[in-house]
Amino acid sequence: MSNSGLYVHVPFCRTKCAYCGFFSQTDLSLASIWLDDLNTEARLYKNFSGPFDSLFLGGGTPTVLSPSQLEGLANCLFTVFSFEDSTEFTVEANPDDITGDLPALLKDLGVNRVSLGVQSLLEEELAFLGRRHSALQAEKALDQVREAGFKSLSIDLIYGLPGQTISSWLKTLRRTLTFEPDHLSCYQLTLEKHTPLRRLMAEKKIRKARVKEEREFFLATSQFLEQEGYLHYEVSNFARPGHHCRHNLKYWDRSPYLGLGPAAHSFDGTARWWNTRSLRRYRRRLLCGHAPIAGKEILSEENRIMECLLLGLRTTKGIEIGLIRDVPEWGSRVRQLEESGLVVIREQRVLPTLEGLLHADGLPLVFV
Amino acid sequence: MNAPFRELIGGVSPPIARSVHSMPQIRNFSIIAHIDHGKSTLADRLIQYTGLVSDRQFRDQILDSMDLERERGITIKSHTITLPYRGKGGAEYALNLIDTPGHVDFSYEVSRALASCEGVLLLVDASQGVQAQTISNLYMAMEHDLTIIPVINKIDLPSADVQMVKEQMDRELGLGPESAILCSAKEGTGIEEVLEAIVERIPGPRGNPQAPLSALIFDAHYDPFRGVIVSCRLFDGTIRSGDMIRFMSHQKTYKVEEVGLFRLLREGKKELTAGEVGYMVAGIKTVSDTRIGDTITLDSHPAQAPLPGFKEVKPVVFSSLYPISSEDYEALVVALEKYKLNDAALVYQKDSSAALGLGFRCGFLGLLHLEIVQERLEREYDLAFIMTVPSVQYRFTLTDGRVLIVDNPQYYPDPAAVQKSEEPFIRATIFTPERYLGSVMKLCMERRGVDARFNSPAPGRLEVIYDLPLAEVIVDFHDKLKSITQGYGSFDYELIGFRESSLVKLDFLVNSEKVDALSLIVHSDRAREWAVQVCERLKEEIPRHQFKIAIQGAIGGKIISRSTVSAFRKDVTAKCYGGDITRKRKLLEKQKKGKKRMKMVGAVQIPQSAFVAVLKADHE
Repeated sequence: MSNSGLYVHVPFCRTKCAYCGFFSQTDLSLASIWLDDLNTEARLYKNFSGPFDSLFLGGGTPTVLSPSQLEGLANCLFTVFSFEDSTEFTVEANPDDITGDLPALLKDLGVNRVSLGVQSLLEEELAFLGRRHSALQAEKALDQVREAGFKSLSIDLIYGLPGQTISSWLKTLRRTLTFEPDHLSCYQLTLEKHTPLRRLMAEKKIRKARVKEEREFFLATSQFLEQEGYLHYEVSNFARPGHHCRHNLKYWDRSPYLGLGPAAHSFDGTARWWNTRSLRRYRRRLLCGHAPIAGKEILSEENRIMECLLLGLRTTKGIEIGLIRDVPEWGSRVRQLEESGLVVIREQRVLPTLEGLLHADGLPLVFV
Repeated sequence: MNAPFRELIGGVSPPIARSVHSMPQIRNFSIIAHIDHGKSTLADRLIQYTGLVSDRQFRDQILDSMDLERERGITIKSHTITLPYRGKGGAEYALNLIDTPGHVDFSYEVSRALASCEGVLLLVDASQGVQAQTISNLYMAMEHDLTIIPVINKIDLPSADVQMVKEQMDRELGLGPESAILCSAKEGTGIEEVLEAIVERIPGPRGNPQAPLSALIFDAHYDPFRGVIVSCRLFDGTIRSGDMIRFMSHQKTYKVEEVGLFRLLREGKKELTAGEVGYMVAGIKTVSDTRIGDTITLDSHPAQAPLPGFKEVKPVVFSSLYPISSEDYEALVVALEKYKLNDAALVYQKDSSAALGLGFRCGFLGLLHLEIVQERLEREYDLAFIMTVPSVQYRFTLTDGRVLIVDNPQYYPDPAAVQKSEEPFIRATIFTPERYLGSVMKLCMERRGVDARFNSPAPGRLEVIYDLPLAEVIVDFHDKLKSITQGYGSFDYELIGFRESSLVKLDFLVNSEKVDALSLIVHSDRAREWAVQVCERLKEEIPRHQFKIAIQGAIGGKIISRSTVSAFRKDVTAKCYGGDITRKRKLLEKQKKGKKRMKMVGAVQIPQSAFVAVLKADHE
């Protein structure tokens, strides 16, 4: 069993982006109280199976916290939990927060991986997405982070925007690569419920990309990045050799992870639970000495198999054949997928091809 | 009787006066009407007016108690009820309202209910006027020599045209306009006039309580605690609990446990005598042992001859049921057995298909009956099953002289050995405003109608009679007729027997695999049209898969039509939300459930809906 990962959901943003469905709120004055609560929550889990070998500060926007708050947060985590020496310590950062000493401060705290939410390098696209920063700011931030010399730099991008063409998208990608990121997360735009973009779609002011376009974007992205030396290792993730995101891999290979903060999810190998999506309830529960859990489920064997299928088939590592041996006629089912070019079989594993990754949500259905 | 019913009654109905029991002033009647002309609403009003339920307890359409009936607004299973009524002259009456199903699939049941009456209320919608079923029902009532009371309903509607309807009734039905009663069952006007007409115009029943027992079964339903509850009309004799009775059609005998009257609940009684309508419980295990139209007599003192008009009900539409998952076969067996307890008209036997496995071949009275069975099995037994394309019964005479009756395309004989093929025909009577004649004729001709005859009962209206193959009307003929006549056309039919026809068997292949459950027997002139339609329809019904799916129509190995379901081009979401795996898994579980409602044929999942939907292909 691999080591556990630790995730902290920082539930604050300066402003909400038009596409984002994650839980966060914009009243930054609540941050210091929240940090106290987080401290309490962390202590409730001090016996969670450690040591951790990944720590991920996500959100929200962790970089809206002040330097002293960031320091306090890191200190708290390092005091309560134990970590391997080689721990991957990622912080998600917003380009407009990367100013002055922040990169140096992050380095001092032990951060060795920065994931920068660039999303696009075109002004009109950034405006459409409701990002606060300009393209120029993003590029500046990239330079600064690069110069600070973190072990890994990851960049988040969004594609498949209304009006975007494949050539404009590839231009953005090409430009992005000039900053030599070690890792890229390229997410196809998803119109999440309860977001401004979803509303625009409902009002027919914007149109969802056609399936055919989505497919072309996906294939073009993969082909281009693979050519440039990045491994397409998960549906939306690309890494230079040795720079896979250790923390995110835990989600896909079902390693344990502890999630702290509102709306964070945790998994200890047999059970999953998730925290409340309200800062107030989060605080109230902790003040009463309870974990701020909103729901929990203990996984049955059937649940486990389903998870292995749906997670495994999202990554190029695929699934072990043993997992589907009990499925009636599993052989002919796999063969059908193989003949359709969706999977290959290698060393007792079923691995999705690129075409397979494009159908990753449908593949598990063949075996359930 | 079901729970809401019981709740409704709460034991408050006034007792029927003793004098009625000892000196019966009985009236036996039915309400007959075209569908939607307000039969159930009028029945409810009569019940309410006679005080069997208080206004507070009044619930619309009391007689249509099954959910399904309520949703569809039609009466499927009829109920009978005895209403206490004190006439204007002060006399006490027991009015037996014998409810009848309102659909052409159930015309035999209607005829047996009418045979139990002395009179009918002929209900006509004041805005729609006389329709096809009005006329067929009227003829049926006239055959039984019943007193007919015309009632014009829905006079409250803005579109009501009472004068026009009166003239129509006079001209088309020969019913004097002065005899019609005007009412609005919805508003409750004219109800007293209706009740008075029932006691004034309909004669009381005649019969000899001392003669040998002769009682007509006009309905039966199953009660889980008592077994079969038989609804019957006594013509002669008396029946008491403890009597040994005999069913004259199959000579089985039973000991009577209880007799009584239908009020909102069953109300036991010492005896039923000649002229009365009531129920009998006799330890009968399934409704199949009671045959509607059969005569009950006393074992020790039997009647000389049964009452006339008994027919074995024969199914005309056939379809197979297959469980989606073979593990559910046993559950399907149990559900069918239970369902059959209360539906004598459904017949079934074991069947098997290369593509779909073990199942049952079922026979139905008509397509509505088929849909009712399907819905009730799904709803009440929570079953997921496939129902195959409905078929009629074909007759093949082989070169060696043998005659084959085939209701399942799977058993279509070798074409080389067939000397003569025949298919069942119906005579359709269609009423339509003149302006739609062209469209109606076109429809009938497309459906291979022959022998057109036209009558013009009134200016602007036409009666169109065609002989049509049953196969062409069982599915969407009625819907189609309604739509081309903008709701003004109405339709009734009777079976008129087999006629020679040129038939072929049409097969369908999905991804090169023949799906026997999709096969059809069709007229050779229409084969190509069917093949194209079905391929197109299957293309719409079969969801996209990870691969391309070819659909082909074939006659004896020769492909005559094809379509393709193209492969999925993308099926993946960009993110796994911050470790929220549960959300993702729940989605998969939901899809898995959806998949459970599909049948795997080779590597292709065919949804339940595809099997019946193929016949409804003909919609613009």
